[in-house]
Amino acid sequence: MAQITYREAIRDAMSEEMRRDERVFLMGEEVADYQGAYKCSQGMVQEFGPQRVIDTPIAELGFTGIAVGAAMSGLRPIVEYMTWNFALLATDHIINSAAKTYYMSGGKVTSPMVFRGLNGVAAHVAAQHSQDFASWYMNIPGLKVIAPSNAHDAKGLLKAAIRDNAPVVCLEHEVLYGLSAEVPEDDNFTLPIGKAHVAKEGSDITLIAYSMMAVKALEAAQILQKEGISVEVIDLRSLRPLDTDTIVKSVSKTHKAVVLEENWAAAGVGAEVMAVISDNCWDELDAPVVRMSQLPVPLPYASNLETLCVPQVDDICREIRKVLGK
Amino acid sequence: MPIDILMPQLSPTMTEGRLARWTKAEGDKISAGDVIAEVETDKATMEVEASDDGILHKIIGEIGADLLVGSPIAVLRGKDESVAADYTPTSKAKKAEAAPAAAAPAAESVAPVAAPPAPVAAAPMAAAVLPKINTTGATAAPAAASHSTGGRTKASPLARRLAEQQNVDISTVIGTGPNGRVVAQDVLTGGRTAGAGRPITRMADSVIKLTPMRKTIASRLTASKQTVPHFYLSAEVNMNALMSVRTQLNAHLESQKIKVSVNDFILKASALALKDFPAANAAWNVDSVVQFGNVDISVAVSIDGGLITPVVANADQKSLVSISAEVKQLASDARAGKLKPEQYEGGSFSLSNLGMYGVDDFSAIINPPQAAILACGAATERAVVTDGGIDVASVMKMTLSVDHRVIDGALGAELLGRIKHYLETPVVLVM
Repeated sequence: MAQITYREAIRDAMSEEMRRDERVFLMGEEVADYQGAYKCSQGMVQEFGPQRVIDTPIAELGFTGIAVGAAMSGLRPIVEYMTWNFALLATDHIINSAAKTYYMSGGKVTSPMVFRGLNGVAAHVAAQHSQDFASWYMNIPGLKVIAPSNAHDAKGLLKAAIRDNAPVVCLEHEVLYGLSAEVPEDDNFTLPIGKAHVAKEGSDITLIAYSMMAVKALEAAQILQKEGISVEVIDLRSLRPLDTDTIVKSVSKTHKAVVLEENWAAAGVGAEVMAVISDNCWDELDAPVVRMSQLPVPLPYASNLETLCVPQVDDICREIRKVLGK
Repeated sequence: MPIDILMPQLSPTMTEGRLARWTKAEGDKISAGDVIAEVETDKATMEVEASDDGILHKIIGEIGADLLVGSPIAVLRGKDESVAADYTPTSKAKKAEAAPAAAAPAAESVAPVAAPPAPVAAAPMAAAVLPKINTTGATAAPAAASHSTGGRTKASPLARRLAEQQNVDISTVIGTGPNGRVVAQDVLTGGRTAGAGRPITRMADSVIKLTPMRKTIASRLTASKQTVPHFYLSAEVNMNALMSVRTQLNAHLESQKIKVSVNDFILKASALALKDFPAANAAWNVDSVVQFGNVDISVAVSIDGGLITPVVANADQKSLVSISAEVKQLASDARAGKLKPEQYEGGSFSLSNLGMYGVDDFSAIINPPQAAILACGAATERAVVTDGGIDVASVMKMTLSVDHRVIDGALGAELLGRIKHYLETPVVLVM
């Protein structure tokens, strides 16, 4: 085990997989010479050379198309977006080319590739740089979507994503990049895509979250523990496929649930998880399921307003007490 | 082809039966019409007859098992037929609701309605057999149910499921969740409920499995007490004249070994009074009131394991002597578990008498869907004031429980007054 940051875990995952499989390569804006806008590819161009760590122009639609074509032709590209906000231009290739072609070709054409970058609310970067796109991509058949909340999961899930034959969307988080965790050094360490993780066991209520919200969920659970409230925290890890079994098992035990997301509520991740609970746990529910989401406005730049718009640890604690009638 | 013998539906309301006894064994030769088993239904113990000839190949239903109507209980085969070892009978059981009885033509003045479900029980006898066990928590009067608005109880799905499993009426549980919602904890801690919940059992206690009859008594009387708005009217009856007539009558009938009881007089008096006030000979029917064309009186009879209310039909038209004979026969059939459904279903009014136990007076629970029940205590000698003087008289106290949805106070009072009048004018009852 080594104590490394999330951004180092991302770098290690990519480097290990590139050493393991020469078909794997990285492309994106500033990934080579600048070693990543968020330093997620530090030292990689030095190790693998400009043939496999490729700087692209600021043209997401174009370079994503090149990457999808490369994947269809037998390579295994990793595409880094400086942020998922900029990948809006590339959605035609992510969705129409990468996600659908396997189905439309009757399974003859695969797109084994990873689209990755930071997602969600960072810190005072305003509306056009702060959106959580989780629900957009988890809506698409043909894609897999992962959203790791710590360095350990980031490495295990990203390595699994690179080895996966389906196109995988990896939603990272700027605030998490600097956080450290114990990460296995084993080159073969992977985590299964489609499995959620019970990050903390509890008996009174299930708190379901992903990415940055899973970190806030654990903080809230620690605070509530001191008040005698036992919170079970589920870190979804994967959003598509969604680990229905783990959700159902936990809610059937605690009989109450709160879902967290940085997304807006409408048609969001919370809505999907609530539907899973309603479909599978109706007779187990002892309280209405609650979702906590970003307020339905473009996220303000001002720090105080930004804080008000996004569920914070105190808000989560308050909501849980309310659900429990305490 | 082997023939499957299925649990028969022996009464319109029967959904499951408990196998009480097999009267034939595997290998026995069976002719159509032979009694092969006895089944305890929600009302009585009834015989199951074979409908085909053959050999009783295999008995499937175990004694004491509760089986849904349509479940296989045995397999019949032909005399020389061999049945495959892996032959499995086909179940036709379904979790059906009680099949509604066919529409019974009512009196001309009212629209025909489905026959009301068979009444079973009258009140205090059921209470008398309740186990005396310490219950958890308070048995205080129910608090104002703030969670229950407009007839719907706010309860979580889990709380509802737990309540159903534990046979707790969710509307009696006081909700402590947000917005007064009943949550699982409220159902589990019976102490917060208004009278429901489970007792604490200790080593010395025994837990008795519910018989179908006990389940029926429990559900019907709970529903009655909780949903029927009861009110009670009491009156004292001077029984001197009646006692004297009864003594003379019984002396006269002694050679025929007939003995008319006080209860027979009360039954006849109630029947005549109901005939006089047809509006009281009625039942609530959800969106209408049914006025019965006949006066059929249900009589509460205490039997082993519970009670049942056989019906004396057209009691207003029968003589005291024939009422007496009929009640005796019904009571003895009831105790033998031999009543047929048509003998205990229907009835427009119930009579419950605990006078023979020395009870002074009591209030009975209405036997749904009926609208009234008369509860009679013992006739005892008391000092009464007559014409300014004090006399000794035999006095009986009776209490009429009335469904206010059907019968208002004045009508109930008139009915009770008329019963009192007939009891105090007993010659009319002997006519």
